[in-house]
Amino acid sequence: MSFFERLTGKKSASSAKERLQLVLIHDRVDITPAVLEALKEELLAVISRHVDIDPSSVHVELATEGRSQRLVADIPIKPVARRRAA
Amino acid sequence: MTGKVITITSGKGGVGKTTTVANLAVALAADGKKVVCIDGDIGLRNLDVVMGLENRIVYDIVDIVEGRCKTRQAMIRDKRLPELFLIPAAQTRDKNAVSPSDMVRLCDELRPDVDWILIDSPAGIERGFRNAIAAADKVLIVTNPEMSAVRDADRVVGLLEAEEKNAPSLIVNRLNPSMVKRGDMLSVDDVYDLLRIDVIGIVPEDENVIVASNKGVPLTIEARSKAGLAFRNIARRLNGEQVPFLELESQGLWERLARLAGRK
Ligand SMILES: Nc1ncnc2c1ncn2[C@@H]1O[C@H](COP(=O)(O)OP(=O)(O)OP(=O)(O)O)[C@@H](O)[C@H]1O
Ligand SMILES: [Mg+2]
Repeated sequence: MSFFERLTGKKSASSAKERLQLVLIHDRVDITPAVLEALKEELLAVISRHVDIDPSSVHVELATEGRSQRLVADIPIKPVARRRAA
Repeated sequence: MTGKVITITSGKGGVGKTTTVANLAVALAADGKKVVCIDGDIGLRNLDVVMGLENRIVYDIVDIVEGRCKTRQAMIRDKRLPELFLIPAAQTRDKNAVSPSDMVRLCDELRPDVDWILIDSPAGIERGFRNAIAAADKVLIVTNPEMSAVRDADRVVGLLEAEEKNAPSLIVNRLNPSMVKRGDMLSVDDVYDLLRIDVIGIVPEDENVIVASNKGVPLTIEARSKAGLAFRNIARRLNGEQVPFLELESQGLWERLARLAGRK
């Protein structure tokens, strides 16, 4: 077992693949993690004005399908009943 | 005849473009086809030595473009294969002496008389790359199973998409099967997953490649190396044949790959 493997518990090829997956997404769409974070903040601000959501359970991320990328937002809405009780 | 223009490019340097051009050219010409290779790497001429034709150069591509010679005069005929020609790059001149429209004009002039025109692109995504892809009917991207080569290949695929070129195909060169087995090299499956373009060839790491270029005899001429066989198979695929991939790794993976590539 190599030093790298002992350290990370991972084969170097699978770590290369994971790293490349992230690098390629950002190369392809030219959106930095910082931009993505800002976008998420603004998106949350707009949505919260109309719908009751829990910011900590929101996921906004770039996803790959074949050679195309999409922005995927998963924004759970707080249930109405709980909102009334609160 | 209407010659088909195939451009071999990569993004990253040193991954095997020139080796690929020389070997595909020999394989196609050995099959009785008329083939012209164009060295598009102005200032870093190399295809001539890999093909063993360096002593025969009189005129080069810039001489053609600037009208100092007829196209035919700059076409060096191969010693062994009379239907194989090389148009060498200029070694000393300004990189910008050739433009994309010059390349289109040159290829249009050659097309009626040949079966294949293979263009050896320089590394990078600058002028030389633009020249090399300008006339391409089909682009082959060479990569190695290695981080930066794959990343740069992806950039090139993106640029070709933006230019609305036909979908390129991928050649994975210098694959080391035992490193893949050990989990220390990206497999062809991994590279395909990342780039998602059709795989047209898988060439193993093979010391015969260096021996061949020392001798100036592309290894597709001498039968028995694995890399030579891999290049010959790519040539057959360019001719539209369905050829299974070599068994360089475990059976299962290669069968899956063959299906992947066959599906297009
Ligand atoms: N399958 C292989 N096995 C072993 N060595 C290889 C293989 N393919 C290429 N090489 C070696 O790698 C080196 C670079 O190859 P080559 O010159 O074809 O790359 P290139 O992409 O044309 O480079 P450049 O970007 O500088 O034009 C050469 O020394 C060549 O012999
Ligand atoms: Mg080269």
